[in-house]
Amino acid sequence: MAPSGSARPALRVAEDIGRWTARGLDSIGFGATLISQSLYWLLMGRRRRQAVRAAPVFAEMMEIGIRAIPIVTLLSATIGVMLALQGIYSLKAFGAERQVTIGVALGVTREFAPLITGILVAGRSGSALAARLGTMVISNEVDALRVMGVNPVRYLVVPSLVAMVVMLPSLALWSDFVALFAAGLYISADLGITLGAYGQEILRVVSVDDMRHGLLKSLLFAVLITTVAIVDGSSVEGGAEGVGRVTTRSVVHGITAIVLTDMLFVFAATR
Amino acid sequence: MTEAANSSHADPVIEVTDLVTHYGNTEILHGVSLTVDPGEIMVIMGGSGSGKSTLLRHLLALERPTSGSIRLLGRELTQMSEFELYALSRKMGVAFQGGALFSSMTVGENVMLPLREHTDLDEGTMEIMMRLKLEIVKLAGFENLMPSELSGGMVKRAAFARALIMDPALLFCDEPSAGLDPVVSSGLDELILRLRDALRMTIVVVTHELDSAFRIADRIAVLDRGELLALGSVDEVRNHGNPRIQNLLNRRFEEEELDPEEYLARLTGTAKEPTR
Repeated sequence: MAPSGSARPALRVAEDIGRWTARGLDSIGFGATLISQSLYWLLMGRRRRQAVRAAPVFAEMMEIGIRAIPIVTLLSATIGVMLALQGIYSLKAFGAERQVTIGVALGVTREFAPLITGILVAGRSGSALAARLGTMVISNEVDALRVMGVNPVRYLVVPSLVAMVVMLPSLALWSDFVALFAAGLYISADLGITLGAYGQEILRVVSVDDMRHGLLKSLLFAVLITTVAIVDGSSVEGGAEGVGRVTTRSVVHGITAIVLTDMLFVFAATR
Repeated sequence: MTEAANSSHADPVIEVTDLVTHYGNTEILHGVSLTVDPGEIMVIMGGSGSGKSTLLRHLLALERPTSGSIRLLGRELTQMSEFELYALSRKMGVAFQGGALFSSMTVGENVMLPLREHTDLDEGTMEIMMRLKLEIVKLAGFENLMPSELSGGMVKRAAFARALIMDPALLFCDEPSAGLDPVVSSGLDELILRLRDALRMTIVVVTHELDSAFRIADRIAVLDRGELLALGSVDEVRNHGNPRIQNLLNRRFEEEELDPEEYLARLTGTAKEPTR
């Protein structure tokens, strides 16, 4: 470090910003490479005698998707009831409590189901993926794969990516049903309408477009979570402490990426 | 030793010429050249920071050199595509220092992994081959344990079994005896000698352990601060005139010559980044 840097704080700030930007761009480039390489191995792997195997994909699906069902169910039901509560409270001012169904239906399918499953899976599986990869990098396991002639992207990244892309939208769909059902239970009890009538109303309000909007987002989140986890996990430095650091970082980055992308997606899709 | 002498007329298995490498802006290897002949055990020896691990990583094509050439089994490593490297890697085995076994798989699954990825053998055949290799490294019956349930020496032996599973022509061992007690480490030395004699494997061992190096080596390459100080038989290296080699062999710590100006710069914190 040149001592002149500390003598001029402004210069050092500029330097730091430059360094962060360069590092950020570097990570984005690496992420893009990972995605394109994953697609390549998925499609061409068999021809290169490096086929992506089904067993690890299913194992990942089990871990990312099936094991997350209980917690997704709990959170989705809670969000559904919470939306109903808030909706009824705020619509009471206009005496329009009955319109709460529209708010809940669109809020859940377009926003809350994909967002809450995305955040949950980023915390649960994104961090696990980053920690696993980080550990593998520091214990030379990734090098070992390479010298055994096994492409690490094909072997480590593709199964997680495929599992995530299949399971996150599936979880979001499940979350849609649970949240709407839980909201329905509360609304029917509070406003004295039957569950059947509530269901009819939901079917009338929610269009295929709304469902597609939500599920497309969760598909995007799936790619983001996996890419962020892999990029962060493989940037590990140092020992166990480093693994802890990249794990935390991947959760923060993952959730930030999800929320920002969500906003941009909604902006592009609704205007 | 005799085998190495007999086959010295054959093409070398490894041929490194003027290898220069950088880590960031720091030059690590300053033009290293060496050859490894078929059927010999070449020990690459040096202290910490000598560049021996860097040299190994380049031989394994895990890093790309700044300049120079590396020929492995007659092919230029630095110009090979990813797929050519994968094909070449089936002819070589690597036992990493920490074993680098996959912690989520049993020992048996670890050893079978290269077979699973590169062959279409049926499960039964793979298991027999796996047990065969475990027998060789004296780990028979441990195939269903997880790597975390093994001792340090056993992990290294399991790593050897995995390195041997494809019957490679060329075997790399990174610090096979580091961190092991003398009995276990001499067991691994025996194993390396047996692999050369029974299977006529060419073996490259990277180590800083003198005893082990002298016991197994056909030839020794001594690296120090990124330079090849000596390359020759055990006796040639032992009797080498270079004081740096003698310091290394006699475990003498080398005092750095004190440059008053640099010392002052270091104390006042105005020194440049240290170069290794």
